[in-house]
Amino acid sequence: MQELDTAGLGSIRVTRKNDHTVVIEKDLATEQMVLAMGPQHPSTHGVLKLECLTDGEVITQAEPFLGYLHRCFEKCCENVDYPAIVPYTDRLDYLSGMNSEFAYALAVEKLLDIEIPRRVEFIRVIVAELNRIASHLVAIGTYGIDLGAFTPFLFCFRDREIILGLLEWASGARMLYNYIWIGGLAYDVPSDFLKRVSEFITYFRPKTVELCNLLTKNEIFVKRTIGIGIMPADVAINYGWSGPMLRGSGVKWDLRRNDPYSVYPELDFNVPVPDGKLSVVGDCLSRHLVRALEMEESLKIIEQCIDKMPSAEGFNPRSAIPKRIRPKAGEVYARAENPRGELGFYIQSDGKSTKPLRCKGRSSCFVNLSAMKDLSKGQLIPDLVAIIGSIDIVLGEVDR
Amino acid sequence: MEEGKVFSQSVQQSAAAYAIIHEKFGTAVSAFDANETMPFFEVLDTGLWPEIALFMRDHAKLKFNYMACMTGMDYLAEEKLGIVCNLESLSLFNHKLAVKVKCARDGGSIPSVACVWHTANWHEREAYDMFGMLFAGHPDFRRILCPDDWEGFPLRKDYKVQESYHGIKVPY
Repeated sequence: MQELDTAGLGSIRVTRKNDHTVVIEKDLATEQMVLAMGPQHPSTHGVLKLECLTDGEVITQAEPFLGYLHRCFEKCCENVDYPAIVPYTDRLDYLSGMNSEFAYALAVEKLLDIEIPRRVEFIRVIVAELNRIASHLVAIGTYGIDLGAFTPFLFCFRDREIILGLLEWASGARMLYNYIWIGGLAYDVPSDFLKRVSEFITYFRPKTVELCNLLTKNEIFVKRTIGIGIMPADVAINYGWSGPMLRGSGVKWDLRRNDPYSVYPELDFNVPVPDGKLSVVGDCLSRHLVRALEMEESLKIIEQCIDKMPSAEGFNPRSAIPKRIRPKAGEVYARAENPRGELGFYIQSDGKSTKPLRCKGRSSCFVNLSAMKDLSKGQLIPDLVAIIGSIDIVLGEVDR
Repeated sequence: MEEGKVFSQSVQQSAAAYAIIHEKFGTAVSAFDANETMPFFEVLDTGLWPEIALFMRDHAKLKFNYMACMTGMDYLAEEKLGIVCNLESLSLFNHKLAVKVKCARDGGSIPSVACVWHTANWHEREAYDMFGMLFAGHPDFRRILCPDDWEGFPLRKDYKVQESYHGIKVPY
């Protein structure tokens, strides 16, 4: 129990019960205060503003204001050819550019109805999963920083740097790759790439355990996250949550498994869902655990891809790329499992133009963030930081 | 569905779901558009949209509990605005169906479904922000990505960007 001194006006008692629920009692009426958190606040992970109505330490309402990073992605798409949209998709979720490109390529390929060479599919999955690990490392590292743990951040960025180095080797860019093209890839992977990826897997496996020991078994970290920001599964679905957020609420739903695309049906991997032993299902710690466990699954996927991949002999990564991309009239909604959830693209083609009539990016962060108002009601201000961190937003994708 | 054409299992599932909706609402919904990329139907009686949405969410054989995406649309040729909703029965039946709702281009209004799916709240705000159709009954209706005093609706096909915004030249 924690008693806050309020200079003789009365007291506020914060009690943490055995089932990790927090009870806040107070015997004084306090004045409500508006507290603007952001847009320049380190824990909002970019330019997000939260306007909080606070009653003492307790948040009665937190309203997100977005759009500070709005770059008219959808308007830009209507003015450029289909292949020219790929670099724009990198700039949506700049921590996982490969996954964004992958989702966009899937959408246009579905509209074009073309067959992709098998080796291309495997390379795509490898780079996407590498990028997923890199993205989760940022999520976990910065989450630690949000809650006052600095060391894991350095460990995470050290390992992420290796992945970025690998991806740079393959594509020529560290974060904004323009590597997965419609119908193929920009280049084949360098000759020693797979060997280096295998070496990275061997190196990184023990590091996931190390990270786990640093954060998941850290009592301070656990106390800051357990039982905070609980979201029940049915409400999470109603809010359109996806990815680690939805799995954190105990719904075993992964697009790679439940609506499979590319070569994922051939690969064997688990979909980690919290069982309620280490955390309360649906709380911030559950969402963190899902991300931490997913990295191991991504390693498994990459290993299998390396084994199953067809050889590079006579392989041209651009062989299936159409000379002129002009899909027949129609609409498509295709999606892929991004590190942050379901990234979907709705594309409408008029059948005449080489530019889409409408291209909408369904952002996972945007949808996940929309539950902020409900999640933060009645929480303490420091817990708000824990909740935002657990949503793992990238404002580039929220604002598009 | 056209005769003699073989559709994939997922389209057949969508068709079965549509049949239940069509049985209940009859002429308020259009015919089913069967295609492999995005099977959909259109709500012809816009006023019935929340009722159809609720029916789709709660019917024992439909259970569309998940709204994956809502896209605002500008149908310039038809003089209409509209939305496309991608619905899905997540982890229950796994069937998917897209629904289109249209309204007049000038001052048109679509009833809000934010009370049916919470996620529609922000999606509808975004559609309004970009296209300018109204959503009647929305709990928190204002722009979301553009500033509140921005002029016009950027994703309309005939959009002309404003000359200046608070003294800053906009087109360059």
